[in-house]
Parts: sequence; C-alpha cells; structure tokens
Amino acid sequence: MIYSAADVPVWAAAAIAFFLLFGALLALIGAIGFLRLPTFYERIHAPTLSTSWGTGGIMTASILFFSIAGGRLVAHEILIGIFITVTTPVTFMLLARAALHRDRVENHPDVPTRAELVVSTIQDRASDEKGA
Amino acid sequence: MSAIIIFTSVSIAQVILMIAMAISSVRMFYGPRAQDRIIGLDALYVNAMLLLVTFGIGTGRTVYFEAALVIGLLGFVSSVSLAKFLMRGEVIE
Repeated sequence: MIYSAADVPVWAAAAIAFFLLFGALLALIGAIGFLRLPTFYERIHAPTLSTSWGTGGIMTASILFFSIAGGRLVAHEILIGIFITVTTPVTFMLLARAALHRDRVENHPDVPTRAELVVSTIQDRASDEKGA
Repeated sequence: MSAIIIFTSVSIAQVILMIAMAISSVRMFYGPRAQDRIIGLDALYVNAMLLLVTFGIGTGRTVYFEAALVIGLLGFVSSVSLAKFLMRGEVIE
C-alpha cells in the first residue's frame, strides 16, 4: 500500500518536517563531533546523538506520517526505536572495555594501569577517613 | 502544499544524512586504531538505517521499514562480535 503525502494536512506536514530535520541535524552534529574530537574515549560519545534523538526524531516523523496519511495508528517504528535504545549502550560499553584493555596492554600513557587505579583508590579512601 | 513541505524536508534530511554517512566513513577509513573503525562502522549503519526510514516517508511505502529493521538487528550483532574480537582475539570462546 502506498500512502500519499497529499492526504496529510499542512500542520501535520509541518510537524513531520520539523521532526525529520531535527533528527537529521542531530545525526549530522554527532557525525561532526565524531570526526573532530581528539581521543577515542571522547569520540565514543558523539555517535550516541544520532542513536538517541536522531533516531527518535525520524521515527516520530515516520509514525506521524503513516498514522495521519493512513487514518489509523501505525506505530511499528517504535520497534526500531526501542531496539536501538537498548543495543547502543551494550555495543559502546563492550567497545570501550575492549579499547581500555588494548590501551592497558600497550601501557598507553593516558590510561591508568590496574595497579595505579588500586593505589589511587586506597589513597582516596585514606584521605576520606582523615577528612571524616 | 503539504506534499511540497514533506518532499522538501525529506530531500534536505536525506542530503544531511548522506553527509553524516560520508563523515562516518571518513573516520572508518582513516581512524587511527581498530576501535575507531568499529565505531565508524556503527555510526555508518545507524545513519544508513535512518536514511532508509526517510526514503520510506518520501515514497509513502512501508517496505523500507523492514529493511531498516534488518539493518539495525544485523548491525548490532556485527558491532558486538567485532568488539568481542578486539577484547579476546576470538569471537566465540
């Protein structure tokens, strides 16, 4: 079945256009940040713009368009939205752990080793106890 | 009138998403290390999925939705398996 854009009232078309451009612009901002940020641990934050409200905006536009043009509620785009929302943190947590593991194996200067982390945690606790 | 609004906004959104995909693939090709390339691939497939949904709005067909759903599912599996490979050197232990 083909839905026609001419069946949509103008206010709904304006709302669809707003959500589409909002989502697409957030995806572009995320991509630019992904290109420009200096280290990997900063870069990993940027693409989440397009997976959170980038996806949300375009899925909202799609739900609005197909619901209003079809005259009934068509909300199967929520499936993609929920799926992306659930899977992105899993992927990026795994990737960040893998990158941390690789950097630690190579003794990268920006990443503290496990021993340094333990020492700094003990020092923090000791200073907390002194303060208390 | 509403057809013009929707057609214009869908075209602009498609151009913007294509630019985002091009930027992600630049990072995928030039990314200094393997984890940068994997994140680039991840951003590339998410933007491709969004582009397919905008194609669906532009043409008024619902077939593009299934393609977008399949891209989302398979992209997640591929990113997780690549991350596992970086972590351990093998995908299935």
